Amino acid sequence: MTLLDVENLWVKFPSRHGVFDAVRGVSFTLGKERLGIVGESGSGKSLTGRAILKLIRPPGIMTADRISLEGDDLMPKSERDMQAVRGQRISMVMQDPKFSLNPVMTIGEQIMEAYQLHNAVGKKAAFAKAVEMLEAVSIRDAPRVMRAYPHEMSGGMGQRIMIAMMLIPNPQILIADEPTSALDVSVQRQVLDIMDNLVKERGMGLIFISHDLNLVADFCDRVLIMYAGRIVEVCDADKLREAKHPYTQGLLNSLPRLDEPCARLQVLKRDPAWSEAPSVSGRI
Amino acid sequence: MSETQNLRAWLLTDTPTSRRHAKYAAAYQGWLSFRSNTMAMIGLWILIFLVFVAVAAPLLAPHDPFEQTLSNRLQGLNSDGHILGTDSLGRDILSRLIYGSRITLFIVGLVALIAPITGLLVGTVAGYVGGWTDTVLMRITDIFLAFPRLVLALAFVAALGAGIENAVLAISLTAWPPYARMARAETLTIRSSDYISAIQLQGAGPMRIITKHIWPLCISSLIVRVTLDMAGIILAAAGLGFLGLGAQPPSPEWGAMISEGRRFILDSWWVATVPGLAIFTVSLAFNLLGDGLRDVLDPKDAEK
Amino acid sequence: MAMANNNGGARDRAPFPPWILTTLRTIGSIAVTMLGLMFITFIIGRVMPIDPVLAIVGEQASKSTYDAAYQQLGLDRPVLVQFFYYVWDVLHGDFGDSLLNARPVVEDIKRVFPATMELATLGVTMGIVLGVPLGVIAAVKRGSWIDQIARVVALVGYSMPIFWLGLMGLLIFYGILGWVGGPGRVGIFYVDVVPSVTGMILIDSILDRNWEVFKNAFSHIVLPASILGYYSLAYISRMTRSFMLEQMSAEYIVTARVKGMSESAVIWRHAFKNIRVQLITVIALSYANLLEGSVLTEIIFSWPGIGSYITTALLSADMNAVLGGTVVVGLVFVLLNIFSDLLYKVFDPRAK
Repeated sequence: MTLLDVENLWVKFPSRHGVFDAVRGVSFTLGKERLGIVGESGSGKSLTGRAILKLIRPPGIMTADRISLEGDDLMPKSERDMQAVRGQRISMVMQDPKFSLNPVMTIGEQIMEAYQLHNAVGKKAAFAKAVEMLEAVSIRDAPRVMRAYPHEMSGGMGQRIMIAMMLIPNPQILIADEPTSALDVSVQRQVLDIMDNLVKERGMGLIFISHDLNLVADFCDRVLIMYAGRIVEVCDADKLREAKHPYTQGLLNSLPRLDEPCARLQVLKRDPAWSEAPSVSGRI
Repeated sequence: MSETQNLRAWLLTDTPTSRRHAKYAAAYQGWLSFRSNTMAMIGLWILIFLVFVAVAAPLLAPHDPFEQTLSNRLQGLNSDGHILGTDSLGRDILSRLIYGSRITLFIVGLVALIAPITGLLVGTVAGYVGGWTDTVLMRITDIFLAFPRLVLALAFVAALGAGIENAVLAISLTAWPPYARMARAETLTIRSSDYISAIQLQGAGPMRIITKHIWPLCISSLIVRVTLDMAGIILAAAGLGFLGLGAQPPSPEWGAMISEGRRFILDSWWVATVPGLAIFTVSLAFNLLGDGLRDVLDPKDAEK
Repeated sequence: MAMANNNGGARDRAPFPPWILTTLRTIGSIAVTMLGLMFITFIIGRVMPIDPVLAIVGEQASKSTYDAAYQQLGLDRPVLVQFFYYVWDVLHGDFGDSLLNARPVVEDIKRVFPATMELATLGVTMGIVLGVPLGVIAAVKRGSWIDQIARVVALVGYSMPIFWLGLMGLLIFYGILGWVGGPGRVGIFYVDVVPSVTGMILIDSILDRNWEVFKNAFSHIVLPASILGYYSLAYISRMTRSFMLEQMSAEYIVTARVKGMSESAVIWRHAFKNIRVQLITVIALSYANLLEGSVLTEIIFSWPGIGSYITTALLSADMNAVLGGTVVVGLVFVLLNIFSDLLYKVFDPRAK
């Protein structure tokens, strides 16, 4: 079943030297699956995630033929209507909990706020729900954490809190934008597993944005590879090794592998033709 | 024509061939971005005009600024040959305004030399030497900062005696502490950077490090700060003049002219209004220029 | 549990709880600052060109009268000893007697200080009420016409001589339009009508339920307070704008939007909460600046406050009055700083 259908998405930034196209005609669909978007910095992968929520701020401009969420097109929606979509139907976890949590509000306030925005319940019910959610992301002593401030948390805890906060209104889609790149390697897997379990349990769709090819190959069902604002290749995650596009191959070959050691890693060579070629559709 | 084209290309190059080339190219590109800032250019033109007026005062002034004609006192705007009227002693206001620009420039120029240099010295020494020197110097700086600036300047002028040189001293005395703080903060960050360790290893002494490596890096933020401070200096000088503690009569200092016109404000409004407008214009020009310079020289603080 | 607990270990070992050390350090730094401030003022007072003895005994006094007065003022002792006695007296709440009217300086200050407080408080209130929203809107709608207006307001405020603006205000609103009362705190018929409780006429007249006096006092204060208010408006709005711009580009703002919050809730609940601390510092600073700005304003408006008190004392070499006045203003400066530091700790969880 298709949860999200994006067709011909563009994100542009006018600058003094003309318009810069950051995302150029991207199309893809998302079902109840884990869809990875991979690319280097500046490839437009994060902007694609934000554009789905229509969170491109002026002077940036976004256009799309269609962004339909379960058949409901988001493009004509007003800012006000989008507020009902954000959080409740599509949510997003960002890179670094150090910056993405409000430093002067308690964790409890921030989680309860996320719930109460979309559910007309009292403080007590919201508190109970928040504690339950924190426990769902394996946070012990949740009532105490509720009273704490973000700076008192470690990175891994912060990111689990972020996940709890973003899942509490029970959205259908979660966009995870580099959710583990700011974390210690030791807790990355734990955070990913927690996220994965929750997404599976709730039958959600997950868009997993990352620059880490191996991680995505491991973790996702399907992968979009972005380069210079376009999708250059789409493939199933387990078939990533057989990818045909030279860019994907270059990315794969620039990573060291234990099973195939080589004296010298390849340097990625870029072909200007890649960025000119039309975007590959990620729709099914 | 092709010569200027060549020069332009030479200045706009991405790949400078020498250190001097890079320096000129950076200056030129800074100037280009400064030039596109209309407000800053207006400020610059006003100040160029002010300097011109000050230099050419004897040629521009239609009358002797000190000549009193009591029969001709408090004449209105544009009355026989007095475009901006006359004051309570029958002196031509326009001529006094023109000569007054010299006093304004004198005060601003001197304070803009004394205060930043004092601050730079105190700040870099405190930051570089550290320890007790730092504590004592910064305590003194804090004490001066704890003072209401105008009250301190007032007290100082009262102690030293009224007059333009003492006004300059008093304003400098109240203006240096922020520079000291700034220079100290910059010194602390620069001192701990790797390239300073590198030249230390090469055997550079503290004097050389401070004068050749720390000061040049403090200069750009210092210039911005000085330009933005100039408006404050002009206002402080005018305030002292207004209280009768700056330039002494009959000198045509703008603040003192307002003070004199104050007595006739309800009947002869122009006497106090015109010099006030002059002060306003000049300090506005410095503010505009300072904003523009900050955008070019100190981009990290821009847009604030 | 991965809760970071930074000072847990130190707490067990230190002989005193950390807050005592912090408090002691704060008090120590205030003491040093105040002492330095008094010393500088004291030295300035000593080198004044006008002879304070002559100011008391007059030009015609005999040598013996002069010497007696000289000794009575303690001027024969070394400067440091004089300073020591002075500090001792100040600690006992004694600033000496005014050389001009022979009244204790403390009483004079008690009389004039509330007048300045009244003026500066009203001014800074106007500055906050208008400046904070203006700065927030200017930041949120960056580049809009409101932002342009805020920019002009600030530029003009930074460039205009305050005493000249006061004069122009008097000329236009009092001289030409007649909308406000003239110089002074109240009209001549209302002087000393209400009993002085707080020393602030607006409050005293409310306490006395004398609305006529209140109206008259208000018509006198509104212009000088607006002029001071304009200056703090310029400063506060500019700083608010820059703080807000910084916060609005922070990542947690995106989080708040992702949650589905309305933009106004994002601005006020999230971004604004984060600038409160900086704003408090700015407001305290602005208040201190107004106490200073009131020196010139008070002279223009014949306002019997601390600014005109110090100025008059300076011009007539009334050393004790100058010293007392300056020390009090300096003390207020220092206290405002401490106050804003304290609030900092209350509002910023990271400062604990």
